[in-house]
Order: sequence, then structure tokens, then C-alpha cells
Amino acid sequence: MRYVRTAPEPVRPAPPRPKRPALRSIVSGGANLLTTAIIVLFAIRAVPHLLSWAVTHGVWNGDGDACRDAGACWAFLRAKMPFILFGIYPEAERWRPILVVLILGAATLWSLPRAHWTRATLGLWGVAIVASLLLMAGGRLGLSPVPTSAWGGLPITMLLTIFSLALGFPLGIVLALARRSDMPVYRWTATALIEVMRAMPLVTLLFVASVMAPLLLPAGVTADNLTRALVAFVLSSSAYIAEVVRGGLQGVPPGQQESARALGLGRSTVLLSIILPQAIRKALAPLTSTVVVIIKNSSLVLVVGLFDLLSAGRVSLNDPAWPTPYAETYLVIALIYFVICYGFARYALHLERTTQGGERRP
Amino acid sequence: MIHMAGVGKWYGDYHALRNVSLDVARGERIVICGPSGSGKSTLIRCINGLETHDEGVIRIGEDEVRPDRRVLQRIRARVGMVFQDFNLFPHLTILENCALAPMKVRGLARDAAEALARELLERVRIADQADKYPAQLSGGQQQRTAIARALAMQPEIILFDEPTSALDAEMVKEVLDIMKALATEGITMLCVTHEMGFAREVADRIIFMDAGQIVETGSPHDFFTAPCHERTRAFLSRLLY
Ligand SMILES: Nc1ncnc2c1ncn2[C@@H]1O[C@H](COP(=O)(O)OP(=O)(O)OP(=O)(O)O)[C@@H](O)[C@H]1O
Ligand SMILES: [Mg+2]
Repeated sequence: MRYVRTAPEPVRPAPPRPKRPALRSIVSGGANLLTTAIIVLFAIRAVPHLLSWAVTHGVWNGDGDACRDAGACWAFLRAKMPFILFGIYPEAERWRPILVVLILGAATLWSLPRAHWTRATLGLWGVAIVASLLLMAGGRLGLSPVPTSAWGGLPITMLLTIFSLALGFPLGIVLALARRSDMPVYRWTATALIEVMRAMPLVTLLFVASVMAPLLLPAGVTADNLTRALVAFVLSSSAYIAEVVRGGLQGVPPGQQESARALGLGRSTVLLSIILPQAIRKALAPLTSTVVVIIKNSSLVLVVGLFDLLSAGRVSLNDPAWPTPYAETYLVIALIYFVICYGFARYALHLERTTQGGERRP
Repeated sequence: MIHMAGVGKWYGDYHALRNVSLDVARGERIVICGPSGSGKSTLIRCINGLETHDEGVIRIGEDEVRPDRRVLQRIRARVGMVFQDFNLFPHLTILENCALAPMKVRGLARDAAEALARELLERVRIADQADKYPAQLSGGQQQRTAIARALAMQPEIILFDEPTSALDAEMVKEVLDIMKALATEGITMLCVTHEMGFAREVADRIIFMDAGQIVETGSPHDFFTAPCHERTRAFLSRLLY
């Protein structure tokens, strides 16, 4: 009965873990089998059809006539792509929006690695944004002026998104903090703002901004359509971000604030170095979805007559010289959005996985 | 060093501290004990202003504790605190946890602050964990980090609120050992704990609290061998099992 260990159990490396076979995970269990079968059947029927439309009968070259009674009209997209991407921006000046897209894209890519999250990068963004606005608007440095009403396509989408985030984030954090403040004035103001913004569909907000702004603004001050839309976007984004950040703040245990204060740290240090970093880490997953929604929301500016990617695509369909290849155009625009949003979502997932602190990652 | 006179504190209508008066000399080591809910935490949290007292006077040296942000910050820089559940900053490494306050409050450069932090981590014997995050450490190691973090401000007084209550039995000793070492170094210590062995060995004076009042104070010898108040006797007899 008695047992006493005589030799130590050796420490060994972990045995290899069996991989779950891909096939098994697709077809395990009756219900799964059925779903798989339905999807496969559907694909068998749909794929050849799609291929014949897109490839076999697809038209890659030629003009509008070549596309009549044919499959997918890719030639249309080849012809209209510059317009979809850059809208009604004067053709002679098209290098400017191209450069803007490159600058903003490069700044975004540069900012991805955590090691680049420095003050210098923040400064870089300042320069990138000022340069972009200057390039788009012109009127200086020998660039011919282009009114915002003529801006369009991808640069509008990018600028709207970047501004919504760059201004919406700080404002959202301020709103979230105000909503938790001990001061009733701050709390009520923030709550009212957040709730109104969230209760109002963004489309309505855009209309209000574009129709009511002239009434609300003091005489002599004018704001163009883009600025008004931007204000609506920033307000709406900040309301959503505020709620997500507030959720994160609630997840930070009160002991954190106490031990930080007990060390003699000042209020702003407690907030900026202790509370907010933890709150934002905790809110990373819902923040990602909020940001993706904000990116996609930029397409709503079409209702107030701005030429973002989607509206430019729609307008290009009005050319009588071509048949109207809706499917192809929307597919390509959807693809552009997908690449941006999916890329962002993957990036956020990566951040979440590599985020240290908080809980230990298995 | 610490002067409390006629301190009263209410949570709503609940009278949590009743006319508490206490003077602690520089370098004195005090253990506070008493049944749950007797106001031990409230008492030591009033000392560094984490709770505001409603009545009476609390002075740390010349500074009076009052709800003024600057005064409180100045006092907290001189009074360290260690909590029951450690409260380390989970998003910072062990080293950063200890170096943050010296940088932000005492204005040390990063190098100097990190050197100081390493020195203290050495003292609490976890220097080899400096670059880990709190969640990767055992409870005992976390609490030792918390002690190092408090010491990094080079406080004149250090407050402990049941520093070993959240620990598994085997880790209690490693934390108590650090606290005993600290007790020999001349820092003023106020320690809420139920570790009577520690109290007997280290304390200059034991304070027994019940229902928001100080019921009895005395040297460990008197306290354990000749408790006067019936509440103390009842408490001790329960504690011995
Ligand atoms: N924030 C608060 N709000 C209301 N009541 C409180 C609050 N904090 C403490 N109390 C009450 O005050 C009394 C004293 O609490 P305190 O935490 O000081 O007790 P304690 O002696 O530290 O007990 P324990 O040994 O359980 O930690 C308790 O009855 C508690 O319920
Ligand atoms: Mg307590």
C-alpha cells in the first residue's frame, strides 16, 4: 500500500500534438455533413455559371459596344477605374490625388508595427495630413485650386476615415471620461451627446449637418459640404468610441486607481499611464468592430452628394456609351472595402494576440 | 511621525471609525488586528487619504491630511502602501511597475529610476523576473513586487493592508520574510495582519480594533500573555484555532 518515490520522474519535451485533420473538421457529424453537402452542391451549380460570366464571356478589352450581350464587362472598369478611384477631380491634376493616396497609405503602413508608435510617428501623421489637404485643395505652391466639391473617390474615403478616427478617438475618450465624471454637468452633457448621436441614424445626421448647418452657423461663416459631413462623422464616431471605451474603463478594477494614487501619482498620470491603457486593451475587440463600421460608414456621404468611392462608382455607371455593369462595379468596390476592412480586422486580431499585460495568454 | 486625534469616519450612516486617536513615532513598527469589519482598512486608508475622514485631525509629520490634491500627493509620496490583492499594473513589466512612480513623481530619469527599481527587486529577491508581466508571477512574487514598488518612492512610512491574506500558505513566508527584513531597517511600519507570529516577532506595539474603535494597545508580550479587554481575549482565543 505504501508508496515512496525513489527516482525523480524525468522532465521531457511535450509530445507532438495530433493535428485535427481538415477533412474531419469539415465532415464530422450528420448535421455538418448535410451543410457541407448543400454548400458543395450550390458551389457545383454556381461556380461554372460564375466562371462563364466572369471569364469565358467576360470582356476585357474594347469599348461599350463590345460589352453588349456579353458576360462581365471588365473593360468598363478598366476605362472607368481612374474615375471611380479619383472622382471628378480634374484629369490634368490627377497625379495629386494619386500622391495623396500613396502618402496616406504609406503613413498607415508605417504606423502598423508597435515599435513605430512614437511621438515621431504622430508628427509624421500631422505632416502627411497637412500635405494631403494641401495637395488636394491646391491654391498654394503653384498648385491650381480645386474646390472640395470636385474631390472624390478613394482620397475622400481615406480622408473621411482618417479624420473620423483621428478626431473621433480623442473626443470619444473625453466623452467616456466625462460620462463617468463626478461632476453632474459633465456627466449629463456627455450622456446627452452620446445618446443623441447613437439614436440618430448617420444618414439623418448627415442630412442635418448639410441642410441645417447654414442655419446654425453664425453669419459670414460657411462650411463646405465636406466639412459638414466630416463634423457629422466625427461626432457619430466619437459617440460609438466613447461607449466602447466606457465599457473598457468599467473593466479596470478600482484597485488600480487606488494603488496608483497611493504611489503619489498625479491625476493625469493615473489616467494616461494606468487607467486608459488598460481600458483600451480591454476594449480592443469591440473597438475593432467599431472602427470597421466607421470605415464602411464613410460610404454614406453619397447621400449628401460627395464623391467617395461608392458614389463615384455609381456616377460612372451613368455613361450612355456603356451598358450598365452594376455587378462588376459594385464587386470591385466591395473588394476594395473588403481588403481595407479585412486587413484592419486581421491587424487588430494580431494586436490583441500580442498584447501583453492583462491576462496571461495561453 | 503620524498623529491622529479624534478621527471619525462614516460610510453613509455607518460609523466606521469612532474617535480614533493614535500617535506613531518615527521607526515604530505597529501591527493592527481585529475582527473583520472592525475598521482596520479604513483606519490605514485614512492615513494616506485614500478615504477622507469626517472628523478629527491626521498629521504626517508637519503635513495635515486633508482633501487637497497637492497635499495628498505630497503625503502619498512619503507614505507607501501595500494592498491585500497586490494591485500591480498588469500592462507594465515588473521593472516598469517599480520605476513608474520614481519617474513621474520624483522626476528621476529613466535610467536612474530603473537602476533604483532593479536594486529594490534585488532586495525582495525577484530581480530575475524584472522583465515579466505581473500575470506571469506567483502571488508571493507579485506581493514582493508590490513592496518593491512602494519602496521605490523611498517612503518614510509604509502601510500594509493584510499583505498575506490573498496568498497560499506556502507563499506567506516569503512575503513575511521580506517584511521582517524591512522592519529592521528603521522605516515606520503600520501593518494590518492576522499573522500573530509576525506580530510577536516584529511589532513594537499591537493595536486591537473592534467596531471602529481602538480597544486595546500594548506590547506584543502584554497583548498575547495578558490581554485586558474581553473582546481582545475573545478574538485571541478564536485566532488560536
Ligand atoms: N466604501 C464603503 N462603503 C460602505 N461601507 C464600507 C465601505 N468600506 C468599508 N465599509 C464598512 O466599514 C466597516 C469597516 O470596514 P473595513 O474595511 O475598514 O474593515 P476591516 O477591519 O478592514 O475588515 P477586513 O478584515 O474584513 O478587511 C465595515 O463594516 C464595512 O462594511
Ligand atoms: Mg480590511
